[in-house]
Amino acid sequence: MRCLFVRDLRLALRRRSDTLAAVVFFVIVASLFPLGVGPEPALLRTMAPGVVWVAALLASMLSLPRLFTDDHQDGTLEQLLLAAHPLAMLVAAKIAAQWIVSGLLLTLISPLIALQFDLPRDAVGVLFVSLLIGTPVLSLVGAIGAALTVGVRGSGVLLSLLVLPLVVPVLIFGTGAVDAVSAGLSVRGHLSLLGALLAASLGLAPWATAAALRIAAD
Amino acid sequence: MTAALELDNLECTRGERPLFRALSAVVPGGTLLRVHGANGAGKTSLLRMLCGLLTPSAGEVRWRGHAVVGMREDFSRELLYLGHMPALKNDLTPVENLVAACTLGGTQPSSAGASAALASAGLRGYDHTPSRHLSQGQRKRVSLARLVLDTAIPLWVLDEPFNALDSGATAWLVSLLAAHLGHSGIVVLTSHQPVDFPSEVVQMGLSL
Repeated sequence: MRCLFVRDLRLALRRRSDTLAAVVFFVIVASLFPLGVGPEPALLRTMAPGVVWVAALLASMLSLPRLFTDDHQDGTLEQLLLAAHPLAMLVAAKIAAQWIVSGLLLTLISPLIALQFDLPRDAVGVLFVSLLIGTPVLSLVGAIGAALTVGVRGSGVLLSLLVLPLVVPVLIFGTGAVDAVSAGLSVRGHLSLLGALLAASLGLAPWATAAALRIAAD
Repeated sequence: MTAALELDNLECTRGERPLFRALSAVVPGGTLLRVHGANGAGKTSLLRMLCGLLTPSAGEVRWRGHAVVGMREDFSRELLYLGHMPALKNDLTPVENLVAACTLGGTQPSSAGASAALASAGLRGYDHTPSRHLSQGQRKRVSLARLVLDTAIPLWVLDEPFNALDSGATAWLVSLLAAHLGHSGIVVLTSHQPVDFPSEVVQMGLSL
């Protein structure tokens, strides 16, 4: 498991341009909104959580198809299916590596993006935490979609259609948490729900993804 | 129970076409099973069925008396499958690829061990070349180097292992396979080229 995690990280590091494409896309999309909508601070502050979260979602949809397609094309996916370790654990290792080079990077850059929207300090902090908890959920649920669409033509679009409706709760609770702190209300409820979604997807997604991969290989 | 692979009444249907029906065989330890057939006859499908990747439309494959389909990792630990494609990551070096492949398969080779295996496969000095710069034959040799390290795994299922190999590499592979069979391992392979094995090797043929 650790071997696979390290291998995938090493691969991501050696193909930096592919790996960073999603992060660059996130930065560009989130930065275009203030330019397009105009400089009015109040409007920007209201838009900020929604824009940042939607940009994070779209950036994830960009990086998810590559979770299994490269392995499928060079034949290493078969070897994963025949490995001497439980497939769900191997899948979890792959998802963890993918999250580190996509979701985690997005989360780390988000305070800089939030600056462009003139978000107050505590709102930036909550945005960071909500992304930290929510982006792994995107990777986990997205992995199920990626496994179901591996090898299918036009898989990027199909993946988005499958996964985006499922991750809408993450979007709602993530933005809700930032809106709550801006309005002076407690964020605990929203973040707890995000945490619950993370726990549920950690438990179910690797197993569901493994089952989907076995079907895809059949 | 002695290592034995059993094929019981296997049937394979791809799309609407039945590729083969009622295929049965018992392969005891120390036997080489050669699968013959024209292109498209279903050789790769049969090999994938033996590995448990493909579910047969009828019949079952048994390893040591148990159906392969339910065994998952218990079976995978005793199986080494080399498919059509060399299953190498282009951005990793041969040593990294080999160590990763063996570790996933259950053995834990050191870098030095992997280096030595690559050298015996005729790839001395290529340890740190990114795999994208290797030729087809060299890539095949990297994937076959796993056979040097994983001799303890009893069942070897190889899909066209002699593809893209020159005569020196072919002789090397034959000696590896003969040694494995001598230790009561089982080898299942497909091959379009006629390959001669030493006379002491027990061979079985299966035609699709």
